[in-house]
Amino acid sequence: MKSVRIGKQTIRFLEKPVILSSAAIVGPKEGRGPLAKGFDRIMENAENGQNSYELAEHKMILEACHKCLEKADVQPETVQAFLGGDLLNQIISTSLSAREMKIPFLGLYGACSTMAESLLIGSILCDGGYAQPVLCTAGSHYCTAERQFRYPLEYGNQRTPAAQWTVTGAGACLLGNKHNGLACITHGTMGRVIDLGITDANNMGAAMAPAAADTLSEFFCDTGKTAQDFDHIFTGDLGMIGSSLLKELMKQKGFDLPDDTYQDCGMLIFDEKDDIHAGASGCGCSASVLSAHILPRLHSGEWKRVLFMATGALMSTTSSQQGESIPGIAHAILLEHIRKEDHA
Amino acid sequence: MDKNKPYSVKQAYQELVHRFTPRSRLAQGCLRAFWVGGCICLIGQSVTDLSHLFLDLNSSEAQTFGSVFLVFVTALLTGIGVFDRIARYAGAGTVVPITGFANAMVSPAMEFRSEGWVLGTGAKLFTIAGPVLAYGISTSVFLGILYYFFRW
Repeated sequence: MKSVRIGKQTIRFLEKPVILSSAAIVGPKEGRGPLAKGFDRIMENAENGQNSYELAEHKMILEACHKCLEKADVQPETVQAFLGGDLLNQIISTSLSAREMKIPFLGLYGACSTMAESLLIGSILCDGGYAQPVLCTAGSHYCTAERQFRYPLEYGNQRTPAAQWTVTGAGACLLGNKHNGLACITHGTMGRVIDLGITDANNMGAAMAPAAADTLSEFFCDTGKTAQDFDHIFTGDLGMIGSSLLKELMKQKGFDLPDDTYQDCGMLIFDEKDDIHAGASGCGCSASVLSAHILPRLHSGEWKRVLFMATGALMSTTSSQQGESIPGIAHAILLEHIRKEDHA
Repeated sequence: MDKNKPYSVKQAYQELVHRFTPRSRLAQGCLRAFWVGGCICLIGQSVTDLSHLFLDLNSSEAQTFGSVFLVFVTALLTGIGVFDRIARYAGAGTVVPITGFANAMVSPAMEFRSEGWVLGTGAKLFTIAGPVLAYGISTSVFLGILYYFFRW
């Protein structure tokens, strides 16, 4: 029952916690994108039937959680831990959801890396036998993030070419120690905060790329694996600029990251024409792409092994205004297809 | 050497980022700002002149009428969610005329309505226009004082 730590930052899970079910609820713009089929529900509008966008975000996260439990046929009372976060101050949307779920709750803030962070900690809890099943979630809403980090919605300004579009979406995964599920988690790498001095809050891909490169290279060193061992390596929301920077940084570190293996969730979710500039962002981005795009393919066996690495820009509006540079972070988890004969 | 190392790594990265980040399209931006901004000014001037001719307003009243007209139309377009789309296309073309100011007042008023009339709309009304008002008015006061002493 003992997890094995390998190398500097990586954990190898002996019990290989299984993602029993997943769900993703997204906004209308995401619903027009190429991944539309995979989402469990597409909201008709950004308000989601609520009086404020904050409540809309809360209801979206709550719905993703309920949907996820429903798909696994698990009652909320039997879930032993609830992990998650969002982008709002004091992660209020998730805390409000936890108020209704009545499951022991650990609130997490990893900016856009929250989905990988919650799955990483959830796997540790499961693998160590401390809690199972564990519900992991992350969500973000374009309208609430804009107001908190940038301008009022109706304010007329031009976005820079490096700007990214916050995803309105929530994803949830239920982790457990069963043998049957969508995919299992075999390794997890906890990232370090890396900051190479980017101060432009409109270029978050550039702020996060060094952290992604650090976590990815540490993962490769710790496990002895290379990009060739994976069907795909996904980053969370580096966007167009961040992903080219990641490839460049990995090349400098001596690791090859082929184009057909490496993909970024932030460049998958939206239709290219939709005024998104450098790509998507927000913790709902990686969370909903994981549920709608990655897990179904791991489940079917189309992909056997995927590295899911969500990246986060940990700035606050205060720190940005005071001229502080943006701390970046990335956490990685290794997801594997569950072969039928393993649990036959 | 060690002390300089993080600095040089950061510098090298800044250069890399600079190389990978696409620039704003300056010529396209200027062109769009020019024609949209020009049209807004044309509308403003037309309203001013027409009100002077047909509504029996004297020239200073007509100027006020022109400004009020533009502010009203901008507020209306902001309210129905159209103005930000025009602004996304036009950039400085909508920001520089009085339309930019009207939008900067109306958009936070709408945005923060959910926090109530007093602490939401009331308190946050000037979040964007505030700096312009504070420094704009301060500068005009300062220049007024200079003008009083040195009437050139």
